[in-house]
Amino acid sequence: MKRLLKGGHVVDPTQGIDGASDVLLDGDRVVAVGRDLAVDSGVEVIEIPDGLIVCPGFVDMHVHLRDPGQEHKETIASGTAAAAAGGFTAVACMPNTQPVNDSAAVTRSIVERAALLGVVRVYPIGAVSKGMKGESLSEIADLKGAGCVAVSDDGRPVASALLMRRALEYAGMFGIPVIDHCEEPTLKGEGVAHEGFVASMLGLRGIPAAAESIMVERDLALAEMTGTPVHLAHLSTRQSLRAMDAAKSRGLKATCEVTPHHFTLTDERLTGPTSYDTNLKMNPPLRERADVDAVLQGLRAGTVDVIATDHAPHQQDEKAVEFDRAPFGIIGLETAVPLALDRLVHRGVITFRRLVQLMSVNPSRILNLPGGSLRPGRLADVTIIAPSAAIVIDVTRSKSLSRNSPFDGWTLRGAVAATIVGGRTVFVNGEIAGLAALRAAGERG
Amino acid sequence: MSPETTPTTTGAPQADDSPIPTSRLRRKDLVGIAELTAEEISLILDTAVAMKEISSRPIKKVPALRGKTVVNLFFEASTRTRTSFEIAEKRLSADTLNIAASTSSVVKGETLADTVHNIEAMSPDLLVVRHSSSGACHFLSRICRAGVINAGDGMHEHPTQALLDAFTIRERKQRIAGLKVAICGDLLHSRVLRSNVLLLTKMGADVWLCGPPTLMPVGFERTGAHMTSSIDEAVEGADAVMMLRIQLERMLGGFFPTLREYFNVFGMTPERVRRAKPDVLVMHPGPMNRGVEISSELADGPSSVILDQVANGVAVRMAILYLLAGGAEHEAAA
Repeated sequence: MKRLLKGGHVVDPTQGIDGASDVLLDGDRVVAVGRDLAVDSGVEVIEIPDGLIVCPGFVDMHVHLRDPGQEHKETIASGTAAAAAGGFTAVACMPNTQPVNDSAAVTRSIVERAALLGVVRVYPIGAVSKGMKGESLSEIADLKGAGCVAVSDDGRPVASALLMRRALEYAGMFGIPVIDHCEEPTLKGEGVAHEGFVASMLGLRGIPAAAESIMVERDLALAEMTGTPVHLAHLSTRQSLRAMDAAKSRGLKATCEVTPHHFTLTDERLTGPTSYDTNLKMNPPLRERADVDAVLQGLRAGTVDVIATDHAPHQQDEKAVEFDRAPFGIIGLETAVPLALDRLVHRGVITFRRLVQLMSVNPSRILNLPGGSLRPGRLADVTIIAPSAAIVIDVTRSKSLSRNSPFDGWTLRGAVAATIVGGRTVFVNGEIAGLAALRAAGERG
Repeated sequence: MSPETTPTTTGAPQADDSPIPTSRLRRKDLVGIAELTAEEISLILDTAVAMKEISSRPIKKVPALRGKTVVNLFFEASTRTRTSFEIAEKRLSADTLNIAASTSSVVKGETLADTVHNIEAMSPDLLVVRHSSSGACHFLSRICRAGVINAGDGMHEHPTQALLDAFTIRERKQRIAGLKVAICGDLLHSRVLRSNVLLLTKMGADVWLCGPPTLMPVGFERTGAHMTSSIDEAVEGADAVMMLRIQLERMLGGFFPTLREYFNVFGMTPERVRRAKPDVLVMHPGPMNRGVEISSELADGPSSVILDQVANGVAVRMAILYLLAGGAEHEAAA
């Protein structure tokens, strides 16, 4: 079945395309991209309304699907439905499930269930160490063979420098990156909020910026020694970004991501309008203004490679407790694109083209995924954006099983119009006009 | 929390024949000094003057809160503060109930919200809450119909302590503005410190904070308080010096090497206090560690107002209870 996405504005940095163009899909592949492509008989033509932008499918390389083990928070089905609604055609899911994804058996079970229940593509990330205990390496060859695209002990930093060295060397042999959650555990201690004036006044135990940047510096030093790729998750401090910038200048194979909440919010938010809101508790914590400015500068200058959500679902009753007892983390799949458009593109921090690099091209390249491009022959994974549509975030309408977002009620400019995975329309935004043909195509499969 | 911050005069009939002011706090809760204006703080202190008189009567009771139910809900051990609130409630004729929840319900798996909703089902008017988590009272004030009085939340605030400290200073010095107040000890973990810094800077005092850098909250100079690790600099010319309790566990946590060394460097002694004004007030919120943050000679000496603080605590808490819950017209206005 051939489908022509006709008349949209295509942005694909991998082909240098940023303008009016058609995209011809055949089954699960892209077959042609260009202006005014000829319409053969048997091609279904789907007109893309004016003002919408057609991009290679967005990839969220940092998601917690909670499945297996914590299906009350999220499942592969609900998490991937949220991903589709958020414009993501693929997600990489972190291994802190129950049981931990530290064996081929768990990886295979995730891959099989995702094939059955997933709305978008699911790429598992295996654990660096057995049980994520930071003691001995998991069977990384096995994990890769079963489908893991990276290894990480996310949520738990790899505390031992020796184990991190071994992980980098060993995973490097298979060409998959080690993703580290950078945090020096003794400095973090019992901290629950960024160490600074706000936490001091609120009486919250602090997580100093140095707890992150010390580990960033360590990981970069180890990556320099081993010459293998390291990817640093959710960087949040100016010191971390400075270290990353210096590492890139000297040619290291190091990449990093930032989250929408770290480029949008500061720790001042903890003082109100809802003080001690547990939906503002995440790790790394919301930092201060100068850190948010450094994150924005990193996005602008190229120090930052990827925007990832760190989507971390928790049930409402788990969050409706004292601040220091609440779990860390917020959901983010459905708010990432609106926040990136509103806070970054419309405010002139980055171009739309750079956004596509940050959310599609780069995460695909770092994880060696088949997506991230609309070149002929590549996967028919497409994200269609309505950059000027004003939307109001309403968590009660989230596809996620959880509601832990600090952005509920926010009005933002920029929305996902539709999401296509392998040629199949998996999400159409009912609030965007002119998408009836796409919706009908989705219903036909 | 109520957005209104100004006290209002309602012209209410006076309770009994005492000279109790007829103003009210136009708010449901007292969760912190941060939320109070200087005018509200003055109203509480003025009201406490009248309340203190009640405690000197042979019959120490007025009917101001008759028919009101106050639940003292303590999730953390307390003797002084709980007793002080209970006496204050009884002197205002409130029906009081003490619940030492400690962690028992938490151990059984009940959440704080469920515990408090269960208590609230029995229609209390006020909840006096102490909890080991910072922000617990803010959280409860949002989910409770009853007013919430913060009796200490984690490392955050202990507003009634700061108010009784201010009352004690004002009683002796007739003012707060322009006084130099030195606060020394474990600044990092102290809720008394945070409430006192907020209150004293709002009322125009010159606040000096002293302790080892390991026990100083990051960024606190933004409050307008001076930070120093020199006890002599902090005490120099002070009108009041307030010591904060040093807990043994802080030594075990590596914040300083030994209690002995702490006392040698930071302990308040008569010699050190000589740098202060001759009529300096020596204060401590209790419980004291004699020989750690304060010498016995000083604690029991003529400058000490430590027991006055305890006595004034009852008056200040009576004032707060009255201003939040007293009188039917309050409910009409709220």
